[in-house]
Amino acid sequence: MTTEPILSRNFDRPAARTLAGYRETGGYGAWARAQEMEPAAILEAVKASNLRGLGGAGFPTGMKWSFIPKGHAGPVYLVVNADEGEPGTFKDRYLLERDPHALIEGMLIAARAIRSALGFVYIRGEYVQPWRVFDAAVREAYDAGLLGRGLDVIVHRGAGAYICGEETGLISSLEGKKGWPKVKPPFPAIKGAFGQPTIVNNVETLCCVPHIVARGAAWFAGLGTKTQGGTRMYSVSGRVRRPGVYETSVSITLRQLIELAGGVAGTGRLKAVVPGGGSAPILTADEIDVTMDVDGLKAAGSMIGSAGVVVMDESVSIPEALLVLARFYAHESCGQCTPCRESTGWIYRMVHRIVDGHGRKEDLDTILDVARRGAGTTICAFYDGAVGPYISYIEKFRAEFEALIPK
Amino acid sequence: MSAAVAFSPEQLAEVRRLQALYPDRRGALLPVLHMAQDTFGWISLDVEAYVAGLFDLSPAHVHEVVTFYTLYFRQPKGRHVVAVCHNLSCHLAGAPDILRHVRERLGIDVGETSDDGRVTLQSVECLCACEAAPMMQVDDRYELHLTPETVDRILEELR
Repeated sequence: MTTEPILSRNFDRPAARTLAGYRETGGYGAWARAQEMEPAAILEAVKASNLRGLGGAGFPTGMKWSFIPKGHAGPVYLVVNADEGEPGTFKDRYLLERDPHALIEGMLIAARAIRSALGFVYIRGEYVQPWRVFDAAVREAYDAGLLGRGLDVIVHRGAGAYICGEETGLISSLEGKKGWPKVKPPFPAIKGAFGQPTIVNNVETLCCVPHIVARGAAWFAGLGTKTQGGTRMYSVSGRVRRPGVYETSVSITLRQLIELAGGVAGTGRLKAVVPGGGSAPILTADEIDVTMDVDGLKAAGSMIGSAGVVVMDESVSIPEALLVLARFYAHESCGQCTPCRESTGWIYRMVHRIVDGHGRKEDLDTILDVARRGAGTTICAFYDGAVGPYISYIEKFRAEFEALIPK
Repeated sequence: MSAAVAFSPEQLAEVRRLQALYPDRRGALLPVLHMAQDTFGWISLDVEAYVAGLFDLSPAHVHEVVTFYTLYFRQPKGRHVVAVCHNLSCHLAGAPDILRHVRERLGIDVGETSDDGRVTLQSVECLCACEAAPMMQVDDRYELHLTPETVDRILEELR
């Protein structure tokens, strides 16, 4: 299993945040090589690398790119999803702040592959410092003629809404609307931003692309598992001794990752782990011998999502943790679909009264029933992402909830 | 109030530049609303109507957008905004105690502004700095690894 830093290789080199410093590390070498490749060859390399989306859904990146209609006469847009907001995730902030040119280089190569002349980078509004650093890098790239000659880039700031991290919600927001997700199909690759074919990729996903071009698809594929290539940046927080971003092969197990982050803090005894951001079903201490790739977590009944790992030791109250997440979903539901709009508020109120000691005997089953009925009935994956925690926290730690409900 | 709501000629040129960047000028609505808030302090109904005019949109559309996002203020805010993260990792690291401490120090509750107009207090969802929990945002910057002592120092420096 590789320990060589790839995506994070420049994190300890502040000089690499400037164009000159980035070039000294070999930066924009992959772009030079990509310019001599046919767009189709770049796309084939990304397909063969087994790169999968690192924002949450884990969709194969090359396949996504291949959905752009052949021979489309109008513009094609490349949109970078830098609306990081999944609870427990912070890796895109590191990439924007510590290696901004890597993202620009990834955009240049991706734009060539999908024949796009205009890219947008949608950065969450709260990320003022990352935006300043990245925006400065974009201006440097323009001054050096890397941008503005075939690819223009617009850096767009969000205004505070988790749902804009959902790719069609992001597109609505980019179009100057509230960030309501759109009904699919049509998928963005067919009809996306401003009605044109659009590829939306996460920051980290695009930062992988220069390495695939520079070192080859087979090398990248070989870093990971059979169905997912590469390394990824795991955000590890909660009750661990050394919280932070850890880049490792996606073949690492959750147990190894927790060890890498210094082991369990607090009581030192593990109770549970959120393996892939707030929306991932929780795993118990007995369920951590699982590989941290897309398919490994899926087989374990959870999801890798954004790879935000939140560790809970034995002293953590699971009902309280669910209350925090239920409040989040109730607040962030965009209100478009009735099951999500109504259930997130209802479930929050029920969890709230349970934690306050006023729960009713039937509440737990009502929550499970409401959660299950709504799953899969909404326009986007937001509600399914809420249902994961609702059901898994209660099913796996039911006795802890029941202990709070008056007899 | 409505007479006072107007961008300078330089700002209007910036609005036109932003509008021309996007395939549809409406794409510049969020950036222009950020500009409006920086200029007028908050987004009143008059500001919404003014911005709507710049885009040839209905004030209702702009209202719908403004009310959807958390970073647009629909009432006057303090000179500083303190936003304490209350999501999972910060919660596990003691965010409830930090928030209680901030409320006591400022003498205001979440959503309120201090009487001297100095600080508006918010309690917000994940700001994605979980490795440095508990944390809060103070205006443009993230304040990390908070303790009651560092909170006191940070709040005292706000003027």
